Amino acid sequence: MSITELGRPGGDLSPGGGTDPAVRTEGLVKTFGAHRAVDGIDLVVRPGEIFGVLGPNGAGKTTTLRMLATLLTIDAGRAEIFGVDVAANPHVIRQLVGVTGQYASVDENLTARENLWLFSRLQGIAAPRARRIATELLGQFGLEKAADKPIAQFSGGMRRRLDLAASLITMPPLIFLDEPTTGLDPRTRGQMWDTIRGLVADGCTVLLTTQYLDEADQLADRVAVIDHGRKVAEGTPDELKTAVGNSTLQLLLAEPGEVPAAVEVVRRVLGSEPVLSPEQGRLNVALDQADLAADVLIALRTAGVSISSVSVAKPSLDEVFLALTGHETGDDETGASGGEEDR
Amino acid sequence: MSTVVAPAREAVRTADRVAAARRRVSLGETLGQTLTMAWRALKKMRRNPEQFFDVALQPILFTAMFAFVFGGAVAGDVASYLPLMIPGILAQTVLTTCMATGTQLREDMEKGVFDRFKSLPIARIAPLAGPMVADLLRYAIAATLTFGMGLVMGYRPGGGVGGVLGAILLAICTGWSLAWAFTWVGTIARSAQAVQGISMMILFPLTFLSNAFVRVETLPGWLAAFVRVNPVSHLVTAARDLANKALLSGEVAWTLLACLIAIAIFAPLSVRSYKRHM
Repeated sequence: MSITELGRPGGDLSPGGGTDPAVRTEGLVKTFGAHRAVDGIDLVVRPGEIFGVLGPNGAGKTTTLRMLATLLTIDAGRAEIFGVDVAANPHVIRQLVGVTGQYASVDENLTARENLWLFSRLQGIAAPRARRIATELLGQFGLEKAADKPIAQFSGGMRRRLDLAASLITMPPLIFLDEPTTGLDPRTRGQMWDTIRGLVADGCTVLLTTQYLDEADQLADRVAVIDHGRKVAEGTPDELKTAVGNSTLQLLLAEPGEVPAAVEVVRRVLGSEPVLSPEQGRLNVALDQADLAADVLIALRTAGVSISSVSVAKPSLDEVFLALTGHETGDDETGASGGEEDR
Repeated sequence: MSTVVAPAREAVRTADRVAAARRRVSLGETLGQTLTMAWRALKKMRRNPEQFFDVALQPILFTAMFAFVFGGAVAGDVASYLPLMIPGILAQTVLTTCMATGTQLREDMEKGVFDRFKSLPIARIAPLAGPMVADLLRYAIAATLTFGMGLVMGYRPGGGVGGVLGAILLAICTGWSLAWAFTWVGTIARSAQAVQGISMMILFPLTFLSNAFVRVETLPGWLAAFVRVNPVSHLVTAARDLANKALLSGEVAWTLLACLIAIAIFAPLSVRSYKRHM
């Protein structure tokens, strides 16, 4: 299918034998005033995979998703979903994509059942079938008991589940999940992960955003790391983690003045550079294997560098970021506090 | 690198979904979606009955207040002021009610559910038009209460039941049409308070610079000129003719024309700014 054909409004919509990527973006841009929230992002999401967009607050994750979901206009670049141009055929895109936002987008004035009924009827599902679908989804998401209670009495986790259920009414082939587990307790989070895996087993493609490397690791087949509206890395979660080591040795030196000596020791033992934290006397050392920590500690003792605290942790998003961008997740002053991610 | 190969069944299904996707919303679908949205708005009204306070209280309070305060000055006594005033109050009540349409839409749009409405393959006008259809109920309540209060105070409309019903119907129709202007304000303003403020500024000149409460002849020439072209004056005159004389005057046509113009201008503007918003 040629590019020109796709770009024409009302052009041929028939896909090229189902081989089109679920999502393809080229140089996607969104600006809010002088701020480039999304600054030329290229993505390819294959049908049937879970694709994670990883990044801190204000990185442009939500904005990217909202452009793909036709909720925001695309300022520059292009986006296709299953080979259909997003900007030219918004109504078609809305039939192919289910969106679950960061904040539950369900109606506070209605009960859970009424919500599902409303969204079914709006999408042209006949009344008896809408009733059946509502009952089915309520069962599937463990909301039968709360089905006829007002949403105002729902917990955060219940709202999220209802929100996801509402996105699945027509079983869209592509589902966008914007930070699906932010603010959920660990148990509810695990349930949400199982549900998301189930979607893919049913044949859906999932594009999700997350702030947690852990979540991307658990769920995603492939991950793109976004920062300041740009893609800084892409690969499988394993590839990303290898970039920062499988675990991290966190050291706090008793004497901040001994940092250069400690760096020298790490360099000698591991042949790699430790990452200096802005906090005085703190070093993060990427390790391929956790037991290399002992080698580093022994060498430090031998060199006479005293340590006030030590821990070995899995690499966090912060470290992935530090390794990929050379700055921490928290220091982007332009994006994080601006409200553009929310609306 | 885990390469996920989509199962053939899925590839076919997705292809079918893309092929089966409709390009645009048909008129029938738009109507159905609007009615579904109206169902939602009615549910919301039932669960927040305080929304009816202004609709219920205003006609009762204003009818009593205006009659006793202005009655003697304008018409000599309260009883002879009522035929002049009740249709005026009717217009004023209905306009105030349609101002609430804009404020409530604004409040509603700030909630997460509007995000979902925008992401669904539905007509863009449905989330705006749905609540307006449900609001017909509020206009009907407001208009009925106005006449009810008038009857209690001794108003005996000469137009009979048919005339009064005609006046109520015309008022409802006008309220619904003008509500599009407030809906537009609702989609462009930054907050519900702003909508309220802007709407008041539109509403007060429209209702008070009309013949709703006084005769045009008593006004200075330059003001009378504005009052004569004010659509609210046409509505009030038409409603007076209907309620008091059962007369279907040319004013009805002027009122309906003003309604059509309001819809033709503000409905497309509302949809356009709703699409851009957020």
